[in-house]
Amino acid sequence: MLLVPCPHCGPRNATDLRYVGEAHPRPDPGTASIEEWRAYLYLERNPAGWLRETWYCRSGCRRYFTLERNTATNEFRQPALPGNKVGGRA
Amino acid sequence: MSVVSAARSGLRSAAAALAATTGGSGERGPKRSRPARYSAAGLIARGASGRTWPRAWRELPLQRSYDVVIIGGGVHGLATAYYLATNHGITDVAVLDKSYLGSGGSGRNTAIIRSNYLTPEGIAFYDRSLQLYRTMAVDLNINVMFSQRGHLTLAHTDAALRTMRWRAEVNKLQGVDSRVIDPATIERLAPGLDVSSRARYPILGALYHPPGGIVRHDAVVWGYARGADRRGVELHQRTEVTDIVVEGGDGPDGKGPGGRVTGVRTNRGDIATPIVVNCTAGWATLVADMAGVELPISTRPLQAAVTEPVKVFLPTVVVSGSLHVYVSQTDRGELVFGASVDPYNNYSVRGSLEFTEELASHVLALMPGLSKMRLLRQWAGLCDMTPDYSPVMGFTPVGGFLCDVGWGTYGFKAGPVSGETMAECIATDQTPKLIAPFALSRFAAGRLVGEKGAAAVGH
Repeated sequence: MLLVPCPHCGPRNATDLRYVGEAHPRPDPGTASIEEWRAYLYLERNPAGWLRETWYCRSGCRRYFTLERNTATNEFRQPALPGNKVGGRA
Repeated sequence: MSVVSAARSGLRSAAAALAATTGGSGERGPKRSRPARYSAAGLIARGASGRTWPRAWRELPLQRSYDVVIIGGGVHGLATAYYLATNHGITDVAVLDKSYLGSGGSGRNTAIIRSNYLTPEGIAFYDRSLQLYRTMAVDLNINVMFSQRGHLTLAHTDAALRTMRWRAEVNKLQGVDSRVIDPATIERLAPGLDVSSRARYPILGALYHPPGGIVRHDAVVWGYARGADRRGVELHQRTEVTDIVVEGGDGPDGKGPGGRVTGVRTNRGDIATPIVVNCTAGWATLVADMAGVELPISTRPLQAAVTEPVKVFLPTVVVSGSLHVYVSQTDRGELVFGASVDPYNNYSVRGSLEFTEELASHVLALMPGLSKMRLLRQWAGLCDMTPDYSPVMGFTPVGGFLCDVGWGTYGFKAGPVSGETMAECIATDQTPKLIAPFALSRFAAGRLVGEKGAAAVGH
């Protein structure tokens, strides 16, 4: 069982959360070209190692937050910067 | 008595037949190392004489250069090599695999074959694969145990039934045998299913696809490997590509768009080659990174499990999208279960208890009679998921670097046609019509091929 360290609720089963995906920087929709926007939508880094990603705590605090996880070993660590607002309403 | 003597006399003629087909066990000159053709007569002769089988393919030293290097010795890579040699006469080809042949997705799938997809592009493509599977045993001279036993996709809701009707009509339009059937017919086709209205998820109907079925996945890998080897292709196991050499590209080290492939580096030395084909699953983005090509792929494991063998009772393949499970019974009697991909990106192929629990509860909701069955083992394979559930095939912005990746949960059934079309792509330097919709450029152009019939479960 993967235990996800929610910053508000503590360790929770992964099934209690929704995996949003890689935390991409979102280009400005007003100035981004169509190609840049589609690259943001579709392209993935998909590393076998540390990945900065967004989770949604759907059955707990119902907040989005960013964590770093090693996709090869499933270890978690807090991201270096506390900007936990990637991807939605926080 | 008479059976034994008939078998004995048959043995003699069988040995004679073997001698005729393989040139006997004796002098074959330079061709002697070639693998023997498989036949029933040969099986009996070897069984009786105790002679061992020759190696199915050669183990050769790695050359310094090849016309084509294929990364990934699974069904896609081997089929590409086989069709390059067979259809186009290109035999200076090396297939490299970091482990043993068929150790990735080709040996971890649930071996289901079908072509009842949703998009016209997908249906035409997978139906060609089904055709190739149909003649594979003869083409490759190996028993792949292909069984077109019929494929049922169950509908538990009105919405699901509506989608089944949609799929059936699109299939019929493309000439694929596919229709919606009612619960009474389902019960006849798949005894053991709970089709009553009391079920937790009542079965309202199903999409029935008679040409669908199962095949022995290892035999498919070995068949292509043997066939490719016989035609001069070199198969190199335990040969890991550590880097792809690209010159003239926009990115660091000359990699990236606009560049041109000149070779690969491996743990057994460097190879010069103008063409590198990425036929990996699970590691597709890692290999593409070596050439500086970005892919719209996220890697997720899919878990499967198999039970102890029991008397054969399930004659069809049964899939339930709502319950995230598919079931088939092998000729040996084991029930093979597959599920949907894990809900987060991951490169681990470890099994999990939550999967087993969920799988068991879903299977029992469908087939309550299985409650005493025991699971023998579970495993996981890596699936390269794309945003539109269609693969990424053909040329990339790096010259000489081709991709046959993004095979999600539908790679095994597409193996033969992928090999055929990728070989054509390499040999003619043009994208075949069948795979043109699956080009990498579709993402930048916004022309996605939304294949919602892709994995029958999970979305």
